Amino acid sequence: MRMKVQLSVNGRKIEGEYEPRTLLVDLLRDELQLTGTHVGCDTSQCGACVVHVNGRSVKSCTILVAQTQGSQVQTIEGLADGDQLHPLQAAFKEEHGLQCGFCTPGMIMSSVDLLNRNPDPTEKEIRDWLEGNLCRCTGYHNIVKAVQTAAKNMRN
Amino acid sequence: MYKFNYQQPTNVEDALALYKASADPKFVAGGMTLLPTMKLRLAQPSDLIDLGSVAVLTGIIETDDTISIGAGVRHADVAASKEVDRRIPALSHLAESIGDPQVRNRGTIGGSIANNDPAADYPAGVLGLDATVITDRREIMADDFFTGMFETALLPDELVVAVRFPVPKRAAYVKFPNPASRYAIVGVMVAECDSGIRVAVTGAAPCVYRFTAMEEVLSKEFSPHETDAVVCDPDGLNEDIHASAEYRAHLVGVMVRRAVVAAN
Repeated sequence: MRMKVQLSVNGRKIEGEYEPRTLLVDLLRDELQLTGTHVGCDTSQCGACVVHVNGRSVKSCTILVAQTQGSQVQTIEGLADGDQLHPLQAAFKEEHGLQCGFCTPGMIMSSVDLLNRNPDPTEKEIRDWLEGNLCRCTGYHNIVKAVQTAAKNMRN
Repeated sequence: MYKFNYQQPTNVEDALALYKASADPKFVAGGMTLLPTMKLRLAQPSDLIDLGSVAVLTGIIETDDTISIGAGVRHADVAASKEVDRRIPALSHLAESIGDPQVRNRGTIGGSIANNDPAADYPAGVLGLDATVITDRREIMADDFFTGMFETALLPDELVVAVRFPVPKRAAYVKFPNPASRYAIVGVMVAECDSGIRVAVTGAAPCVYRFTAMEEVLSKEFSPHETDAVVCDPDGLNEDIHASAEYRAHLVGVMVRRAVVAAN
């Protein structure tokens, strides 16, 4: 039994008929080819799938498309302004905040939410906020530096 | 996930009617427990009734001596609430400790207590603060609400509408979280309520419980120096890949002591 769902993804209106069990991450990756959002675990712990729904960071693997009816969804692909990288994207590059890059879109989308709420976070606040984003490569050190650098650049 | 039908009622009456009309229904609120469970095929409801559009389940209401939190209020909103922070900071601290920011943006207090995960934080908060659970048809005291592992006093189709917390004289919630899931390996809410001292422990046993021996000691003197006199018995505590029963018993003592210090 399919249901009609309407939502907006990165500013683009999306309309379709989906099985209720369709996860938002499935819609983004399989149908919309927005493969920057990753699936990293079975247990809603890793955060590789983090996107924004109505301005709040959520795990797209643990939300149904049906629950995003009428919502605005933003993915990593929606951050840059044409060729202009978002300050967080630029900072992750500058501070070498990634190695394999698998966790990185989730790290960035999660950090965007943090900096929207708290433009000047302490190191502890950054580390606490990123508890829902797991990285197997970096040991988190440069990820934290990247968020600090982006925060500083965004405040100026 | 297996296939299911999906409904999005906008009021409690419709939600209950849809539940009655379904073969094997489940209510879903934040979905932070139910959806992962369904993804692992450990749950296969025929119908999912989404409570996310039932407006009456939202809202935080403050009176002279209580705070009522709607069942659909997200953990992030409890954590950010000025009213909760002012009157029961232990509760906003508890809400802020749940899962991670993304889980907190979706998860709800109603979903948490209706599910009664043995490692969830809210059951310790509700039991420790002597709260009252308000459903669509009655009020249930915290002492009567949590009845077993993943079991509550709720009838199958009964909906939690709100949770009413009396404002305590002092309280604190301290937990020892699992580093990956952030669930409580042991979490303790210590509170001095009008009804007396309450110590509620989650994560240690199959269900949240009151550590009555510790309550007696703390009633005589509310001090961390007294807590060592009471030893937590590992018999009956959870034993799993995260911690042995003995380690959990030890953690209970440590968390109680830290909570008493924090509450002072």
